[in-house]
Amino acid sequence: MEVLDEGEGELLAWCDPDEHREWVRKNKCLSMEDKTMGLREAISKFVQDGSYIALGGFGHVRVSMAAIYEIIRQRKRNLVVAGKTAVHDLDCLIAAGCVSKVEVAYAFGHELRGLSPASRRAVETGQVKVATEWSNGAFQWRFKAAASGLPWIPAYIMMGTDTFKHSSAKIVKDPFTGRPICLIPACFPDVAIIHVHRCDRYGNCQIDGILVEDLELARAAKKLIITTEEIIPNKRIREEPWRTCIPYFYVDAVVEVPYGSHPCNMPGCYYFDEEHIAEYLLLTRTTEGTKKYFDKYVYNVKNFDEYLELVGGVKKLNYLRKLEKGKARFTYPWIQS
Amino acid sequence: MARPDFTQTEMMIVAASRLLEDGKTVFTGTGMPILAALLAQNTHAPKLAIIYEAGGMCPHKPPTIPLSVGDSMTTYKAVMASSMDYAMSFIQAGYGEYAFLGAAQIDMYGNINTTVIGPHDKPKVRLPGSGGANDFGSLCWRTIIIMRQDKQRFVEKLDFITTPGYLTGPGAREKAGLPRNTGPWRVVTQLGIYGFDEDKRMILLSIHPNVDVKDVQENSCFPIKIADNLVTTPEPTTKELKVLRSLDPYHVVLRK
Repeated sequence: MEVLDEGEGELLAWCDPDEHREWVRKNKCLSMEDKTMGLREAISKFVQDGSYIALGGFGHVRVSMAAIYEIIRQRKRNLVVAGKTAVHDLDCLIAAGCVSKVEVAYAFGHELRGLSPASRRAVETGQVKVATEWSNGAFQWRFKAAASGLPWIPAYIMMGTDTFKHSSAKIVKDPFTGRPICLIPACFPDVAIIHVHRCDRYGNCQIDGILVEDLELARAAKKLIITTEEIIPNKRIREEPWRTCIPYFYVDAVVEVPYGSHPCNMPGCYYFDEEHIAEYLLLTRTTEGTKKYFDKYVYNVKNFDEYLELVGGVKKLNYLRKLEKGKARFTYPWIQS
Repeated sequence: MARPDFTQTEMMIVAASRLLEDGKTVFTGTGMPILAALLAQNTHAPKLAIIYEAGGMCPHKPPTIPLSVGDSMTTYKAVMASSMDYAMSFIQAGYGEYAFLGAAQIDMYGNINTTVIGPHDKPKVRLPGSGGANDFGSLCWRTIIIMRQDKQRFVEKLDFITTPGYLTGPGAREKAGLPRNTGPWRVVTQLGIYGFDEDKRMILLSIHPNVDVKDVQENSCFPIKIADNLVTTPEPTTKELKVLRSLDPYHVVLRK
């Protein structure tokens, strides 16, 4: 195949599929074992300084905030993060100084709430380096290629743009159509962290609502930490096996963390805590405020339960559950802030 | 120029919503595009299928507008909660009629920038990047861009081409390898509605009420052609305004 053009971005988290296959055979546990452990253990065991990490969900929807706070608490450094629709998840990691490099499809923004002050500051001062640019479609297809054990996946996107120029994709002449097509390289993250609605102790997972790209990401990552709202008996998984979207083979750790996505949205369970997000966005406008935020909500709390008390406890959590069902008044305090 | 009974933002959203034909699919970005699609669905286009890149397909009357193209409101009484692979494959296979995007900068060929202002390695303002925009703008049949217009936004040369418009002119998309017969179709601003002529350059098709043609040129760094049969955009009707305001009761988008 004739290569017509090559992106100039750094090729990260890619390997020859043959190497990956051998890695899988040697390292993945294929027997159904109890994978439950505490959050502290899961993060210290699987996330190292310099790891390439990818976070499941959609930036501020079904993201594992409990795991993110734990990464911050353990002061992990120089992480490389897949900015595959990264919103509050990545912004917190950047604000706390854990990240040195990002591959960007969508990052440094809070969607309708505006840009993320902490991330912008980090990128504009050079503290965090943007390694590559992608589209959302491209990033999830990188995981699909990896999940399928393939070196790349072809798609009709990114061509003709600077997004392509700053990616690590290549454009080739397709031997079937004779036209240019973009080859999007596989992405095998060192570790992925996915928050789910429920799973058993072995890691057979059910997700309600959209899957985003977790079906692919779960299979692309070398190590997979699952945090879950609830651990259910294996019997329930087996009663409705068609609901399993991640089977145990891929899972390395199962951590039960109810409300583990707070202040983000957990579809069907609880809505965004806009009051908390507004406080975060306001404080992270300055480095002093950022320190104050993480001292208050991460470093000076022992665990996630204590954090939940601090953000408003049962009363707040019940309100967020009502909001999710459209049965309470929505507020958007960041409109004024 | 602005009249007391409707804002520029409302004019833009109403004008954009009227472009959407009933019974088609539309893929939207956050903010004004979502609101314009919802308005169309609640006025002239009840069978418009709104689809979100993260997997929400055809939600029905969510209690508030989605803040994110992946939050719970995108699957509220929807027909399917799918995935991003599903949504992107769907448009790559030809099922995406309209893409509905916002932008920080646009050039005369409808190329858009949502990545960075200033040099990429030394940004003046770092923006979020493509998100789904490059996919939508590459793969949907007709792309509509809704954005405010001024000399900082309507530029001669983009700081970064995030999403392809007509690139350098006629034939350039096809030469680059993008699917044929796709590309930007309309641009809606606070001043008017633009299309693209045979040279694939932006041309003013409709001017909003109380806007002068010279305002259009004064708010662009590149020359804007004027259609021979230039029309005036009809003002928002009382019904359109009423529905629009009811769709965003907390003024999350309309405040802007």
